[in-house]
Amino acid sequence: MSPVTAGVLQLLALTAALALAYRPLGDYMAKVYSSEKHYRPEKWIYKAIGANPSAEMRWPAYLRGVLAFSAMSVLFLYLLQRLQGVLPGSLGFASIDPDQAFNTAASFVANTNWQSYAGEQAMGHVVQTGGLAVQNFVSAAVGMAVAVALVRGFARSRTGELGNFWADLVRGTVRILLPISVIGAIVLVACGAIQNFAGIHEVGQFLGGTQQWNGGAVASQEVIKELGTNGGGYFNANSAHPFENPTPFSNLFEIFLILIIPFAMTRTFGRMVGSLRQGYAILATMAVIWLGFTALMMWTEFAHHGPAFDITGGAMEGKETRFGIGGSAIFSVATTLTSTGAVNSFHSSFTGLGGGIQLLGMQLGEIAPGGVGSGLYGMLIMAIIAVFIAGLMVGRTPEYLGKKIGTREIKLAACYILITPALVLCFTAAAMALPTPPHSMLNPGAHGFSEVLYAYTSGANNNGSAFAGLNADTQWFNSTIGIAMLLGRFLPMVFVLALAGSLAEQKPVPETAGTLRTDKPLYAGLLVGTIVIITGLTYFPALALGPLAEGLAS
Amino acid sequence: MNNSVGNTARLLGAGLRALLVLTVVCGVLYPLAVTGIAQALFNDKANGSEIKDKTGQVVGSSLIGQRYDLPKQNPDDATEAAKPDPKWFQPRPSNGLGSNSVNTQYSLILSGATNKAADNPDLVKLVTDAKAAVVADNSTATYKVKPSDVPADAVTSSGSGLDPNISPAYAALQIHRVAEQNKLDVKQVDKLVADHTTGRTLGFMGEPRVNVLELNTALKALTES
Repeated sequence: MSPVTAGVLQLLALTAALALAYRPLGDYMAKVYSSEKHYRPEKWIYKAIGANPSAEMRWPAYLRGVLAFSAMSVLFLYLLQRLQGVLPGSLGFASIDPDQAFNTAASFVANTNWQSYAGEQAMGHVVQTGGLAVQNFVSAAVGMAVAVALVRGFARSRTGELGNFWADLVRGTVRILLPISVIGAIVLVACGAIQNFAGIHEVGQFLGGTQQWNGGAVASQEVIKELGTNGGGYFNANSAHPFENPTPFSNLFEIFLILIIPFAMTRTFGRMVGSLRQGYAILATMAVIWLGFTALMMWTEFAHHGPAFDITGGAMEGKETRFGIGGSAIFSVATTLTSTGAVNSFHSSFTGLGGGIQLLGMQLGEIAPGGVGSGLYGMLIMAIIAVFIAGLMVGRTPEYLGKKIGTREIKLAACYILITPALVLCFTAAAMALPTPPHSMLNPGAHGFSEVLYAYTSGANNNGSAFAGLNADTQWFNSTIGIAMLLGRFLPMVFVLALAGSLAEQKPVPETAGTLRTDKPLYAGLLVGTIVIITGLTYFPALALGPLAEGLAS
Repeated sequence: MNNSVGNTARLLGAGLRALLVLTVVCGVLYPLAVTGIAQALFNDKANGSEIKDKTGQVVGSSLIGQRYDLPKQNPDDATEAAKPDPKWFQPRPSNGLGSNSVNTQYSLILSGATNKAADNPDLVKLVTDAKAAVVADNSTATYKVKPSDVPADAVTSSGSGLDPNISPAYAALQIHRVAEQNKLDVKQVDKLVADHTTGRTLGFMGEPRVNVLELNTALKALTES
C-alpha cells in the first residue's frame, strides 16, 4: 500500500470515528447544559464557590463571571511559576522569569498554549500538573460556556437571561471533559505514553553511559491538551515526542480528541435551538473546509516541493517515521483549524505552501471546526455576517434562527471579526519595523517573515503552534504575544456575550416565504464563501509576502 | 463606588474559590487517579517502556531514540563531530536535539526539531552532506549504495529528535555494512531486520518502521552467541 493510500484511509477512518461519536456526544452535551439537576459533588463545588447555580444571569453578569474567573486564573498561574523554585515537588527547577511567566499564564488561560519555554527543562510537576493541566480543563470549559450562552441567546426569547456561568463552567469540566479524559488517558498509557510522578529518571544506554528523562503525569495532561483544544506539550517536542504520542494509533486517537467536541457542538447547537438541521448546516460548512484543507495539505506534503526536499526525496524534516507524511499532514490541519496548536511534526519544516495552509487555517478564525466552544461561536458570528450579506443582496432585514440581525447585532459581529486581524497585522508590522525583534528569526528570507506572522496569528487566534525557529523567549515577544493572546481571547467573548444578550431579548420573527433558509446547502455554500472572502481580503497581502512567496518560488 | 469595589472583590473571591476547587479536582484527584490506574494496569509503559539486553541491563527505552557513535577521540572537545559506529544500525539524524540550558544541575535530553525551512541553505547543506555520508558509509566492497536508494528519513531530522524508528528502506540499506562489520552473513542480518520490522497498524495506520534500539539489541545478542 502506498503512503498516499494509507494517508487517505487514515482520514476516512478518522471521519468515520467522528461521525459515530457525533450524535451521542452532541446530544449528551445538550443535556448537560440544559439539565436542571445538580449532582451532589457539583453542589459541594457550588457551595465552595459561594454561587447559586440556578440563578439566571444577564449578559453583563455572565461576562463578569468569565472575566473574574480568568483574571484569578492568570494571577494564580503566574504566581505558581514565579514561586516554582521554592515549591516542593518541582524537581528542584528554578522559578520562571517574570516576562515568560506572564506569557505562559496568559497563554494557558486564553486556551492558546503558546510556549516560549521548553517543558522538560523548565516546568516541574506542580506547575505542569497543578497549574498548566488545570487550565487545559477550565479554559476549555470557559470557551464552551460562552458558546452555550450564545446558543441560549438564539434559543430564548423576551428574556435577557443566558444561564449561570458557574454552573456551565463546572458542568463542562466535570460532566464532559473529565470523564472523557480519564478514559482517553488510559488509552494513551496503553499505547506507551508515560504516567508517573518520578523525578528525573536516569537510564542506561546501549553503548554505555546514561540518559536523563523527566517523569511526569504526561498521559493525563496529553489527553486534555487535545480534547480541550489547548495544545501545550509536556515536552518541547509536543506530540512529536514518543512519550506523548507513541504510536500511529495514538496519533489518530489524538486527532480524534482534538476534533470531536468542536464538531459535536454543532449537534448541541441544533438540539438547543430546536432544529437539528440548522446544526447540520454549520457542521457541513466546517466539514467541507476541514476536508478541503486536509486534502490540500496532503497534496503539497506528498509533492514535497522545496530545494532541500528535492534532494531528500520526501518532506520528512521535522516529521516522525511512525506517523509518516499522511499522519503528520492530517494532524497539522486539525491542530491549526482548531485552537489546539499541538504538533506531531514541525510546521516550520513543512513545504512553503503547507506552511501557508497552516497559517490560513488559523486566520479563518479557527472555526472549522475551531476550538471547543470558540469554534462554534466564531462560526455563528460568520453565519450572522453571511445572512447579513445575503440580506443586503435582496434588500431585506436579515434574520437568523428567527432573530432579527439589526444594527446592534451586526455591529457586535463586525467588532468580533475585526479584533484578531487587527492584533495580528499590527503586532506583526510593529515587530518587523522595530530593530531588535527580527533578530529572533531563524530562517532567512520570506520564511523568516512567516515565523513572525505565524507567531502573532497563532497568539491572537489562541492557537499556540509555532514556526518554532523563532526565538520567542525575549521580553518583546513574551509581552506582545501575551497581550495578543489575552485580547484575542477575551475581547471577542465580550462581543459574543453582548450579542447573546441582545438576541435573547428579542421576540422571534415568524418565518415567511422571504426568509433565507439557513438549513439548506445553498446557505452552507454561502457561508463557506463568506468565510473565505473575508479572511482572504484581510490576510492576502501578508500571506503573499510570506508562505506564498516561499511556496511559489520552489 | 464603595459598593462596586465590594462587588468586584466578591466576584474575584468567587473566581478564586472556583479555581481552587477545580484545581483540586483536575490538578490533584484526576492525575492521581489516572496514575494509579496506569501504574496498576500498564506499569511498564507508564514508566517509559524500558528494555533490557539479555544480561538484564537496561539499555534505554524502546520509544526514545539513541545515538550509536564511536567514542570521541578527545572527550573534552565539545566541537568534535560524532562519528557513527559502523557496527550498529544507525538512527535518523537529530540535529534539532538539544541539551538543557536552564536547571543545568541535570543533563536532560531537550527534544526538538531543527525548524529549518525547505529553502534554508543550511538545511540544503545538511541533507546534501548527510546523503553523501549515508552513501559512503554503507557501501561495501560488494555492495554499492546509489544516491537514489537513500530514503528521506535517513537524511532528515525528526520532529522530536528522538525518533526511535527508521524506515525499512533505510534499514535495508545498512544491512551489508552491518553484516560486514560484525562478520555475519548478510542473510542473517536481513532476517534480523525482517523480524524487527513493524507494519502499519491494522494495515493502514502510520508507516512501516524498524525500531533501532530493539534491532541493535538483537544484533548484539546474535554476535555474542
